[in-house]
Amino acid sequence: MTQAQGLPLWEVFVRSRRGLSHIHVGSLHAADWEMAVQNARDLYTRRSEGVSIWVVAATDIHASDPDDRGPLFDPPGDKVYRHPTFYQVPEDLKL
Amino acid sequence: MEQMGDGSREEAFQSRIDAEVRIEPRDWMPQRYRSTLVRQIAQHAHSEIIGMQPEGNWITRAPSLRRKAILLAKVQDEAGHGLYLYAAAETLGVEREALVEMLQTGRQKYSSIFNYPTLSWADVGAIGWLVDGAAITNQLALTHTSYGPYARAMVRICREESFHQRQGFELLWQLSHGTAAQHQMAQDSIDRWWWPSLMMFGPPDQASPNTAQSMRWGIKRVSNDELRQRFVDMTVPQARALGLSLPDPDLRWNESTGRHDFGPIDWEEFQRVVAGDGPCNAERLRCRRQAHQEGEWVREAARSWAARHAPTRSEVA
Amino acid sequence: MTDLGVAGTSLLCDYTLGIGDDCLILSHRLSEWAARAPDFEEDVALANLALDLLGQARSLLAYAGELERSGRSEDDLAYWRDDRQFRNLLLVEQPNGDFALTITRHLLFSTHQVLLYGALAQSSDATIRGIAAKGVMEARYHQEHAALWTLRLGDGTAESHARMERALLELWPLTGEMFQLSPGLSELVVAGVAVNPSNLQPPWESQIGATLQTAALEIPAVPQRRCDGRFGIHSEHLGHLLAEMQHLHRSHPDAVW
Repeated sequence: MTQAQGLPLWEVFVRSRRGLSHIHVGSLHAADWEMAVQNARDLYTRRSEGVSIWVVAATDIHASDPDDRGPLFDPPGDKVYRHPTFYQVPEDLKL
Repeated sequence: MEQMGDGSREEAFQSRIDAEVRIEPRDWMPQRYRSTLVRQIAQHAHSEIIGMQPEGNWITRAPSLRRKAILLAKVQDEAGHGLYLYAAAETLGVEREALVEMLQTGRQKYSSIFNYPTLSWADVGAIGWLVDGAAITNQLALTHTSYGPYARAMVRICREESFHQRQGFELLWQLSHGTAAQHQMAQDSIDRWWWPSLMMFGPPDQASPNTAQSMRWGIKRVSNDELRQRFVDMTVPQARALGLSLPDPDLRWNESTGRHDFGPIDWEEFQRVVAGDGPCNAERLRCRRQAHQEGEWVREAARSWAARHAPTRSEVA
Repeated sequence: MTDLGVAGTSLLCDYTLGIGDDCLILSHRLSEWAARAPDFEEDVALANLALDLLGQARSLLAYAGELERSGRSEDDLAYWRDDRQFRNLLLVEQPNGDFALTITRHLLFSTHQVLLYGALAQSSDATIRGIAAKGVMEARYHQEHAALWTLRLGDGTAESHARMERALLELWPLTGEMFQLSPGLSELVVAGVAVNPSNLQPPWESQIGATLQTAALEIPAVPQRRCDGRFGIHSEHLGHLLAEMQHLHRSHPDAVW
């Protein structure tokens, strides 16, 4: 697969006006965090006002493996979603 | 370290599917499950993006400011839906840029319905009522699909799309009950969009080889024919309410089955259009490629600025 | 509410049409970007800008129709006036050009709009006040969006910088029109209904200058063009825009949509 020249991926968390905490609502691409917040406002909150938005670079998110049962499974990786250089989709795979 | 063989992993995976436990991005999944989903979700996303074109075609000519606003919001929602779906696909190990490349080179497809032209204002209504109606029928079923991010994207999209379907219906209702010219515009539109809408559900079950595996994995929940039937049964009374006829002389209520019988679909036309010989195939891709190419200097500038002014930690490290 | 009398009300109607037409025409230009934006996120963003402006246009045109007492609706005014009856700035009817030109046009206009609506939020006319109070919040977002892009394009690559310079060269001569005080307008200013446009120029130029500087751009040293958009004398562009916009509606004179 050609190394794509895309803009970085950001995960978006939104707390609604009456919400108690930020909820993960999805992701988007933007060159930097300011554009990511702008885009998130347009994409994920355009139907309401007074919301709080967090954007986090996808590469900055670290997670535990919810199904980790020790040696039977792969050790938990550092990234929630695969990183482009971490997982290569084989060329012959029909996408 | 003891490694679980792929065979038992597959069994464990299938048990989860059978127990209706959602599969999430970090779960182990068979290679073909992953690739099938990537293709399906990506093509769904591509459909939303390409779908912006036939409807966008009428924004600048919308015949009232209210309709203009509604149409602008609808086309905007479609871009948004494309984004939700690309995001879902990306959780499976691909980059959006690569998927867009596959769309633009024809390696991945989009819903063939968007290869038809919007020749009149009424077509905007037909797309809202029929095309979105068909999409909702399909998407409702997909809210129970086995892959978590895809199912959740479907819930959000269905909510927004039902709004659009109602507006398409309302647009057509206004035309159908308006001047003679408006009524004719609406009827002509339905005559052109009805059969392609039925084709949106794909080939008949017996001609769909991939369905069985997709069903086993919970990717597909309802068969093509069943979805098509649901759509017809839902739409016939709506057409009656609109005062517009559907261009199928064989369409009739079947008392014993409790469903509508309908006439034969021209599958040759479907294959032709899917293969690239539809009225707008070339134009849709040309337009998409042009937008992408013309946007390259903008994205390049954004990257350059970000690298110097706001590098992310991974870029600095 | 100040009683303007017949003549004054007519002036207010023209004024309202002017700022309403600005919104209507610019919204139309932005809507031409549908499915063509540099990325999908920007498709969503530009549509938002277009929708905001369209909403403002509808409120302003509807009010103008009321002031006229002609019974003309927002649609009557949008679809049945000829270009000589439109009162928008020449700036907003310019074709989109490339993304640099679209963003530059938006920076110049929305910075002005924030100041204009900010002042009109104190108008002695209640309807204008209400429209402006809502509009200023939207205009601030527009200005922010345009400024973010101005920085990235002005200080991005050599190509993006060159395109921004070209855009500024092309549009700067049209900016003076935003600040022209016409004879009729003075009466409305005195009545506290409208704002003196020339008062907006110093803060506008200061803000624009600051934004451009952070974007490694400069205010171009080019003279202002004479613009009479507020009097119905437009560039050749408006005719084509209206032909497309109005055609379907005018083809069915008795229809409701």
